[in-house]
Amino acid sequence: MGPYLIRRFGFILLTLFLASLIIFSITQFLPGDIAQVILGQFATEAAIANLREELGLNDPLHMQYLNWAGNFIRGDWGDSLVSRTPVRPIVTQRLVNSAMLAGLALLIYVPLGIILGVIAALKRDKLPDQLITGVSMAFVGLPEFVSGLLLISFLAIGLGWFPANSSIDPDSTFLESLPYLILPAITVSLTGLGYIARMTRSGTIDVLRADYVRAAELKGLSGRSVLIRHVLRNSLLPTVTVVAMGIGWLLGGLIVTEAVYGYPGLGRLLVYGIQRQDLPIIQAGSMIVVAVYSLSNLAADILYGLLNPRIRVGK
Amino acid sequence: MMDNGKVLDVDNLTVTYMTEKGPLDVVRSVSLQIAPGEIYGLVGESGSGKTTLARAVVRYLPSNGKITGGTVSLSGTDLSTRSQKEIRGIWGSRMTMVHQDPNAAINPSMMIGEQIAEMTRTHMGLSRKESRERALEMLNKVRMPDPESVARRYAHQLSGGMLQRVLIATAMATNPEFIIMDEPTTALDVTTEAVILDLIHELMDEYNTAILFITHNLGVIARICDRIGVLYAGEIMEEGPIHDVFKARLHPYTRGLLGCVPRVDANKKEISLSAIPGYIPRPDELPEGCIFGPRCELVEAACREARPPVVSVGPDHLSACRRHEILRDRSEKADETREETIGDELGHIVLEARNIKKYFPFSGGLGSIWQRRRSELKAVDDISVRMRSSFTMGIVGESGCGKTTLARCIAGLEEATAGEIELEGQLLDYSVNKRPRAILQKIQMVFQNPDASLNPQHPAGDSVARPLILLRNMDRKQVREKVAELFKAVSLPADYIDRLPHELSGGEKQRVAIARAFAADPALMICDEPISSLDVSVQASLMNLLAELQDKSKTSYLFISHDLAAVRHISDWIAVVYLGRLWEIGSAEDVFIPPYHPYTEALLSAIPIPDPDIRQDRIRLKGSVPSSLNIPPGCRFHTRCPRKVGEICETTEPPWQDMADGHRICCHIPLEELKELQGDGLLKTAGLRGNN
Repeated sequence: MGPYLIRRFGFILLTLFLASLIIFSITQFLPGDIAQVILGQFATEAAIANLREELGLNDPLHMQYLNWAGNFIRGDWGDSLVSRTPVRPIVTQRLVNSAMLAGLALLIYVPLGIILGVIAALKRDKLPDQLITGVSMAFVGLPEFVSGLLLISFLAIGLGWFPANSSIDPDSTFLESLPYLILPAITVSLTGLGYIARMTRSGTIDVLRADYVRAAELKGLSGRSVLIRHVLRNSLLPTVTVVAMGIGWLLGGLIVTEAVYGYPGLGRLLVYGIQRQDLPIIQAGSMIVVAVYSLSNLAADILYGLLNPRIRVGK
Repeated sequence: MMDNGKVLDVDNLTVTYMTEKGPLDVVRSVSLQIAPGEIYGLVGESGSGKTTLARAVVRYLPSNGKITGGTVSLSGTDLSTRSQKEIRGIWGSRMTMVHQDPNAAINPSMMIGEQIAEMTRTHMGLSRKESRERALEMLNKVRMPDPESVARRYAHQLSGGMLQRVLIATAMATNPEFIIMDEPTTALDVTTEAVILDLIHELMDEYNTAILFITHNLGVIARICDRIGVLYAGEIMEEGPIHDVFKARLHPYTRGLLGCVPRVDANKKEISLSAIPGYIPRPDELPEGCIFGPRCELVEAACREARPPVVSVGPDHLSACRRHEILRDRSEKADETREETIGDELGHIVLEARNIKKYFPFSGGLGSIWQRRRSELKAVDDISVRMRSSFTMGIVGESGCGKTTLARCIAGLEEATAGEIELEGQLLDYSVNKRPRAILQKIQMVFQNPDASLNPQHPAGDSVARPLILLRNMDRKQVREKVAELFKAVSLPADYIDRLPHELSGGEKQRVAIARAFAADPALMICDEPISSLDVSVQASLMNLLAELQDKSKTSYLFISHDLAAVRHISDWIAVVYLGRLWEIGSAEDVFIPPYHPYTEALLSAIPIPDPDIRQDRIRLKGSVPSSLNIPPGCRFHTRCPRKVGEICETTEPPWQDMADGHRICCHIPLEELKELQGDGLLKTAGLRGNN
């Protein structure tokens, strides 16, 4: 496992490097001149020229990149062009928010998805299976702004159980934020649930057909023992990968859900940055999302290896 | 239910599947009993219902299957009326099962020891510690080398033979009264099969377990069973003590099956195999009267009218044939000898492959990216063969010895690492992509699995037409005529031309594949286990077909198989391969007569011969083939050689020793000494059957 981890980390560094190149070059092609954007359209030519000089915009591109990347690694992620405050606290605050939402959503949809997937597999082609597959497919297909708005109108406005707006205070603790997190987490879970359930279902169906499951049944073991020790131990392996891929999506890709609830997550920060052409925000936010994706995939691979003896112990 | 001293008593059992076409009786009125300590061999071809019967006996039928008649009882307990819950308590404690494919039947993510232990905890109430000890005890029982470490390993870390031992250990862990063994050696190499069969025999002598041993292989039955039941299309055709059935053969189907098995003392030049015409009927298309009638050469009007009753034809010996008396009179039916002997004159040299090597770079899994030094897997390591026209070279060896790689190198499907491949005097490029069309046409291949080698979307005729169009530039009309001619040559009806592969049986598909290979009019045809996945009766007819086609076309065959009897039958020459090298080569007759290489000797003594009277020498190989990554120094076979002479085997590569007629052996032991050690070998004992 040791050399494998080193190699994987090497790949992650390479990924981050390539991602930084792409992110940097894309931000160069955004329309408009940054100095112009910052100073507004009535700024004088001289002021703009001064600012360009100050921001290093006149340097050759590779110098600008090295400068930016070097600062980024040292922890200086620049100042927001709009608010003129350092980007790092903003991005990390949003990352924490996103992580809270992601954590809650995972807690909801992973166990539920696995249970539903296993039930569907066991009752294959019967009513429970058709119900579970059908409904979960519908949820996957349902856009988040629809499911989100429905949830708001019923659970928040109709029944008044949860707040409709989730724009939480940056200073509040997790417990204080919890009520605000529930509706967005449910919205996200509706989508994630379908993926997990379907993956679990197909994995479990494959394993149920395996000779060793038949062998286990003919050993006269209890149904529970066959299911847990022989079926699930093998059938949940592919699900691990889907869960880990979900983490990346939850942390960086929940733009719609965050918008619907006004939740201050990373996704919405990125959209905001793009709208305002706030380059440091876009750059730092994107880099964080890439890093989270890479690390969660690594975590999935490690976990998969730990659970699968064929990888854990060689011949 | 009366307890008659039998462990298993199946009485008049009928099993029905609910299908779209309505209920189908897949097993009909089957009765059989197995006494304690008895091994009952149930033999049948695919479609005979043996799997259904086994599943009905353990009450593990699929949801659309049902026992619709008769009873199954286990030492007096009627199983057919028990609830599913009660049956679960019997599974694993009173009856267990050894499954066909040990690789698939063991949970890949649970340690071996635990898979044995969980049974004993469930059924014998042992504690964790006791069950672990019991598992070790069982692993010892099945003579597992280093049981302590095996118990802590996972399935992927063990070889097929070791896994089969684990399955046997598991099946015996709770001291059941009854074990079903479902083709327990089919997935194994002959050498491993022989070892496992010995083990089963020894264990059954020690315990008093009753065994239902299911297989399609009559040789395996002859080796270990006490009694045999011959199942055909869901009914038992003949049943009795093993010697009586094999000697008297009082049902034409038994006779047919035995006639299909190639003999180890004669080949295609002397006899053609007596294949059974036709196919096993499907349960929805059973013929009137005797179900074997349409394929039987003794059939008469009365056979077509009513089902023949099962009659006693000897002590404990039953046959479902009305005309068994006639069979008794010609108790030893002469094998069909060939009317005209197949030509023996020396043809021109077709293939000359010199010093072929194929090394695969092996990146050792994880972390190899930093590793500069890569190891190499030497699949084929310096093999030379020469083939003449109208000549068959058989290649034998255990799996993983390089047979297939060699064939693929010659066909150009793998690029050889070194060596020269010359076809009719022309040096060939290593890669098939760089070979001109004229060469492609001359080398054709028939693969093991016709399902994978025929395009499922194309009618059979199209598959055969492809080489005619691509390699022989025929126009439409010529193609149509030639396809019809080829279908006729492989004895397929003309209307099969338009059928899709899924509408054909396995044997028919392989016929189409053979027709396709012959469409190119090849000089050399490479047959990679072409008959291994087929039933014995189909195997026999395909071997006859190949022999006939060769006689007409003068094509050379490179025939790869792990079935030594088949190779013996079809080949002129045999090459014995182990770990990428040749160890013995010579005419088929010579290779089967001592002196032979110790590896050949072990292979031969492992052949399951369908004759319970034959006592083969018990030369058994230890362990499995070493990895080609780690080839032992000196003689590559020394780690497993039962005749190893000493240090010289470990340090020095053995020399080639020549005998008459080009028969060569690569071994340190002098030929005279080998001959003395091996005595008369296999043939003298087999000769019992030879003179009829």
